[in-house]
Amino acid sequence: MDSILELHNLKKYYATQKAVDDISFNIKQGDIFGLLGPNGAGKTTLLRMITGIFYPDSGNITFDGRAFDPENDIIKIGYMPEERGLYKKMKIGEQALYLAQLKGLSKADAMQKIKFWFKRLEMESWWNKKVEDLSKGMSQKLQFVTTVLHEPKLIILDEPFSGLDPVNANLIKDEIYGLAQRGSTIIFSTHRMEQVEEICDHIVLVNLGKKILDGTVADVKQQFKENKFSIKLAGIPTGVEDAAYEIIDQQANAFTMKINEGYSSNDVLLHFINQGIGIESFNELLPSLNDIFIQLVDGTKSVTRAFQNLT
Amino acid sequence: MNKIWIIARREFLSRVQKKTFLLTTILLPIVIFGLYGLIIYFSVKSSENYTVAIADNANVFGGKIDSKDDIKFVFVKNESLSQLKEKITKKELDGYVWVPEGFKPSKGDTISVVSGKTVGLMNREEIQKRINDALENQRLLSSLQISKKQLDSLQRGNEVKFSTTEGKEENDTKVGISYGVGYASGFMIYIILFIYGTMVMRGVMEEKTNRIAEVIISSVKPFQLMMGKITGIGAVGLVQFIIWVALTVTLRIILPLFVPSMRETTEVMNHGATQALQTAKQSGALDNLMNGLSEINFPLIIGCFIFYFLGGYLLYSSLFAAVGSAVNEDPQDAQSLTLPITMPIIFGIVIMTSAINNPTSNLAVFGSLFPLTSPIVMMARIPFGVPNTVPYWQLVLSMLFLICGFLCTTWISAKIYRVAILMYGKKPTWKEMWKWAWRKN
Repeated sequence: MDSILELHNLKKYYATQKAVDDISFNIKQGDIFGLLGPNGAGKTTLLRMITGIFYPDSGNITFDGRAFDPENDIIKIGYMPEERGLYKKMKIGEQALYLAQLKGLSKADAMQKIKFWFKRLEMESWWNKKVEDLSKGMSQKLQFVTTVLHEPKLIILDEPFSGLDPVNANLIKDEIYGLAQRGSTIIFSTHRMEQVEEICDHIVLVNLGKKILDGTVADVKQQFKENKFSIKLAGIPTGVEDAAYEIIDQQANAFTMKINEGYSSNDVLLHFINQGIGIESFNELLPSLNDIFIQLVDGTKSVTRAFQNLT
Repeated sequence: MNKIWIIARREFLSRVQKKTFLLTTILLPIVIFGLYGLIIYFSVKSSENYTVAIADNANVFGGKIDSKDDIKFVFVKNESLSQLKEKITKKELDGYVWVPEGFKPSKGDTISVVSGKTVGLMNREEIQKRINDALENQRLLSSLQISKKQLDSLQRGNEVKFSTTEGKEENDTKVGISYGVGYASGFMIYIILFIYGTMVMRGVMEEKTNRIAEVIISSVKPFQLMMGKITGIGAVGLVQFIIWVALTVTLRIILPLFVPSMRETTEVMNHGATQALQTAKQSGALDNLMNGLSEINFPLIIGCFIFYFLGGYLLYSSLFAAVGSAVNEDPQDAQSLTLPITMPIIFGIVIMTSAINNPTSNLAVFGSLFPLTSPIVMMARIPFGVPNTVPYWQLVLSMLFLICGFLCTTWISAKIYRVAILMYGKKPTWKEMWKWAWRKN
C-alpha cells in the first residue's frame, strides 16, 4: 500500500540543541506506527512538524502523495498532544462541538458525529457537564473523541493511555484498532514498550534527534535477537553440557540457554535426542522491545542532553 | 478567517453568558449612579432648621444679620445666660451667641457660638459666614460709612470673554465642559485598555496553563487563535460599553424626574467641571450649560471614542496576549512582564493631564500622535474642538499612526505568541522574546 506520510531529511535546530537532526521515514496507509524515544529525544518536535505547528528548518514532508500543506491538510489529521487539556468551565457537548468546528466541520455534521461517538463510548449523559466535574480518565476519553471525531486519515496520539484505568485503556485500544481497520493511519508515541509491542506494526526509535531504529516489530526483534532459547526437558538430566550452547539459567527441568556462534538450534535438539532425553518444549527467546530500547538508549546521555549547549 | 470567527464567538459567548458579566455590566453603573445620586441628594437636601439666639449686649450687629433658609438668627434682649441655656435644654433654641458689653469687633475679639450639641459642618460654615458678614458690614459702616453692598459693587470685576479669530465666541462653560468631557473620555480609554488588556492576557494564560493551547493549535494557526481571542473580548467590551452608554442615558433621563430639585445639580455634577459649575451659578442658568453642551460635537466624540477604543484596544491587547503566552503558571511572572506594557499607558495618562490644561502644547500634540499614547491623549483633546484645537491633519495622522501601530504590535506579538504558547518551563527573558519576534518562521 502507498505511504501516507513520508519524511525526507527533516531538521529542526533550536538555539541550544539539534532537536531533530536529519530524520527520514515512511508510514504506510493503515499502519499503526510507533514513534519511540526517551524523553527529550525530539519526538514532540517531530510530531509538531507533522501536524504543521512547526516548520522544519530543512527537509520536506509528503502527505497523502503531495507536499504537506498544513493549512488544508490539517483537517485530515487528528493530534492528541502529550500536553493536553480542555476548557474547564465549558460544557462537554459544547466543547466537542467547538473543537470539531475548529477542524472545519459544519455544525450539523459535527453534531451528528459527536452523538455517534458519545453513544459508542457511553458518554451521552455527560453532555451538559463541565470538564472540571470529570475525572482524569473521563476527560481523557473526551479528549480522544475530539481527536478522532472528524475521521482523520492520520491520527497522532502522544501517550494516549496515560491516566486511564485498564478497562478504559482497553476500550480506547479497541477503538484504535477499529480506526486502523477502517483505513486511518495511526502514529502512536509513547515510552511504554509493552503497549508498542502489542499494538504497533512498525516502529521508529529516535534518540538525540536522530533515527536509530526503523522497521516492523518482528524485524526489529529478529535483528536484536541473542540466540536465546528456552527448553523444557522430560525429567532432570545430568551432564547436559555441550559445545553448542551455554546454560544461562536452570529451574528444575526448564533451561534458558544461549546457542554459541557457529551452531544452530538443530544442533542443540540433536544433542538431547542423541542422549535420549525427552524434549517437552523448545522456544526461541526474542528480546522484548523494552530490552532493545534500554540497550540502544542507555549510556547515550540522552537525559543530560537538554542541558547541554551546542557549540 | 472563518476560524477566527468561530474562536471569537466562543470567547464572546463564554464571557457574556456568565452571571458576573450581567452583574458588572448592569449592576455596576446602577450602584455608581445610586451612590452618586445619594451624595447629591444629601448635599442638596435641606437640613433641619437651626435657630441661634443672639444676645447682642454691645450692639455689634446693629440688629441686622442675615437670617434665611434653615439658619435663623433671633435677637434677644434682657435675657440672662442661664435663661438662654435653659432654652437650649428645652429645645426652643439650638444655640446662642453671647456678645459681652464692651465687645469691639475691630479689635478682632472672638465670638463664641454656644450650642446644645455639635454643629454639623455645613451649618457651622454658614453660621460663621453670616456672622462675619454682619460684622464686616458694621465695620464698613462705622469706619468708611459705606455698606457692604456698595463695596461689592465697587469691587465687582468686568466680565472677560474669550473668542477665536474666526469670530466664534468661546464661552467659559464650553471650555469647562470640554475639560470635563475630555478628561472623562481619556480616563475611560485608560481604564478600558487595562481591563480588557488584562482580560486577554488572563485568557491566554488560561489556555496555556490548561494545556489546551497545543490541542487548538493543531487545528488552527496560532495567529488565528490570538486574533480570535482578541476579537471576541473586544466585542465583549464594545457590548458592555454600549450597554453602559444606554444605561447612562436612560438613568440621566429618569433620575431627575424622581428628584426634581436635583436636576440642575446632576447636570453640572455629571460633567464634574468646577469652572462649569461656577459659570452656571453666576449666570444662574441651566440654559448656559445646555448651550455649552450643544456646542460640543457629541457624534464626533462618540465616533472618535469608538475608533480610539478599538484602535488602542487592538494595539495593547496583542501585546498583553504576547505577555500572557510567555507566562507560565506563576502569576507573579505576569506582573513583571506586564510592567513594560503598562508603562506607556500610564505615561499616556500623565500626558493627558497636562494636555487637558493646554490642549495645543507640543507635548499634547506629540502624545496624541504617538500610537502608544494617542488613544488616551487624543480623546482628551478632541472635545476641545475639531478643527479649532485639533486640526484635521493631526486627527487623520493620529488615526493612521494608530492603525500602523496596531498592525505592527499584532505582527510582533503574533511571532512571540506562536513560540511562547508552546513553551513550558522557565520564564523567558525579554532578550529571548525579542529574538522570537524577529525570527523567521
